[in-house]
Amino acid sequence: MQALYAQLLVGLINGSFYALLSLGLAVIFGMLNIINFAHGALYMMGAFVAYFLLNLGGINYWWALLIAPVIVGIFGMILERTMLQWLAGLDHLYGLLLTFGIALIVQGVFQNYFGSSGLPYSIPDQLKGGVNLGFMFLPIYRGWVVIFSLVVCLATWFLIEKTQLGAYLRAATENPTLVRAFGINVPRMITLTYGLGVGLAALAGVLSAPINQVRPLMGADLIIVVFAVVVIGGMGSIMGSIITGFALGVIEGLTKYFYPEASNTVVFVLMVVVLLVKPTGLTGRAA
Amino acid sequence: MSALTDDTLPMTPRAMRDEMIVFAVMAALLAVVPFTGIYPFFVMQALCFALLACAFNLLIGYGGLLSFGHAMFLGTAGYVSAHALKVWGLSPELGIVVGTAAAALLGLATGYISIKRQGIYFSMITLALSQLLYFLYLQAPFTHGEDGIQGIPQGHLLGIFDLSKPLVLYYVVLVGFLAGFLLIYRTINSPFGEVLKSIRENEPRAISLGYKTDQYKLLAFILSGTLAGFAGSLKVFVAQNASLTDVHWSMSGEIVLMTLVGGLGTIFGPVVGAFVIIAMQQYLAGFGQWVTVIQGVIFVSCVLLFRRGLVGELAHLLRRSL
Repeated sequence: MQALYAQLLVGLINGSFYALLSLGLAVIFGMLNIINFAHGALYMMGAFVAYFLLNLGGINYWWALLIAPVIVGIFGMILERTMLQWLAGLDHLYGLLLTFGIALIVQGVFQNYFGSSGLPYSIPDQLKGGVNLGFMFLPIYRGWVVIFSLVVCLATWFLIEKTQLGAYLRAATENPTLVRAFGINVPRMITLTYGLGVGLAALAGVLSAPINQVRPLMGADLIIVVFAVVVIGGMGSIMGSIITGFALGVIEGLTKYFYPEASNTVVFVLMVVVLLVKPTGLTGRAA
Repeated sequence: MSALTDDTLPMTPRAMRDEMIVFAVMAALLAVVPFTGIYPFFVMQALCFALLACAFNLLIGYGGLLSFGHAMFLGTAGYVSAHALKVWGLSPELGIVVGTAAAALLGLATGYISIKRQGIYFSMITLALSQLLYFLYLQAPFTHGEDGIQGIPQGHLLGIFDLSKPLVLYYVVLVGFLAGFLLIYRTINSPFGEVLKSIRENEPRAISLGYKTDQYKLLAFILSGTLAGFAGSLKVFVAQNASLTDVHWSMSGEIVLMTLVGGLGTIFGPVVGAFVIIAMQQYLAGFGQWVTVIQGVIFVSCVLLFRRGLVGELAHLLRRSL
């Protein structure tokens, strides 16, 4: 049973990353009509920024948790201002192609300087060790990742669904022209939205650094799984993205325990099943 | 929503004549390659990728469907052909048939699943499906995992043509490429192709006119997958191996890149694009990961600066259909 709980925990952690990344993809898609293929590369950048902050600036994990998403978010906003904004009105496919190109550039540059092997990032002192819960041994850092991700996801949900700013955002998603007519600076909101989505990816990157090591290609395979998560959950609902992300992580964890051969593929297989049974996705608005 | 090709010209006799002339020039140039001293292996490889990119272009350029998983057809047909040749000891022509048939079946299965969603979701689904296959091939015993299937015997095609001779192999690959190219050209200009274009332009309207668009899309997907598989089977004879790189997502990205560079929705664009990208990889092989960076830069500049691609820009300049 110990092993089962351990795999469940790993599943929850992967689920946290799926949730944070698919949430960002959904928010960006809502405003920019772009599927951000660079999301995995920016997740990787988040981890690398944390690594640089620690090793070059002596800035610890806690500050990195704040600073790395801001730095990567600003980088994202520069990308949006200089490139993505020119795609407004074009077919969605161009956004996918452009961000795929950006992902290749970012990953290629990092691979060139850091190879393909992982760089270590140690767990902060305050979160070292673990507690015995009676039925399992819980490493504190892993528990922290799950709880903190959940809080961030819910905070994002609250920001978008329950605040004034979120109301503007949702309105601009529905009808940007009308919202502009009310005197709201929609282009600036679009830039900030992209920054927010990218920041969430970078945050996930920082969280994963002590667990998975810092590697240039850490986001490349992950983003494809997240795409499958997005296809399963649909991008219409924020809460849907969060729940689907965590649920699929848990299912993946269970698969690792019961049938490890399929753990790489279970999310994709589930995607196929969902498409056959309910083509619009679980939370279902048709695209 | 603006279409992918903003200046599609109507098919006039003049356009048809232009295209036929360009085709004849292309075929003639390719036919004399072995006598120019250009490394034939390079051209054979480029021809396989050119056919692959043309097959991909049939979907994106004429059906408006961006498949981000076309490497799965290349890899599947490659693995099946390689296995058939090496383990079952089939003759080359049967090896090609078996590999291509496997790609057709895969096209039927993956097409049925992926056309259930439109636009951007379609791209994500094809990418996810190809990643699913990648992991299956990574674990399946017959693919030999990371090593791949190596040392594939080339044999005698139809019992006559000795494929281990580079010159013979070159012309076999060339004939295969030209046949595939003409099939795609015929498809584009058939009534089927016209319906496909109408789906690209405005799917709800095509549906309202009574076309069962899902059937058209599925058929186009199967055709594209089959031809991509045919290219993969031919490539087995050129490279004499089948490996995981052919099913990896980065290969799917390269196929997209070739077509984008040449020109989405142009007839000759994918061929030009494939030669450009393969040549670039050849000459920049010493630069390691910078090749990836350069590919990324080409992606970005194509999308931002010249969306029509090389051939598309030329056609626009000359006001011709190419």
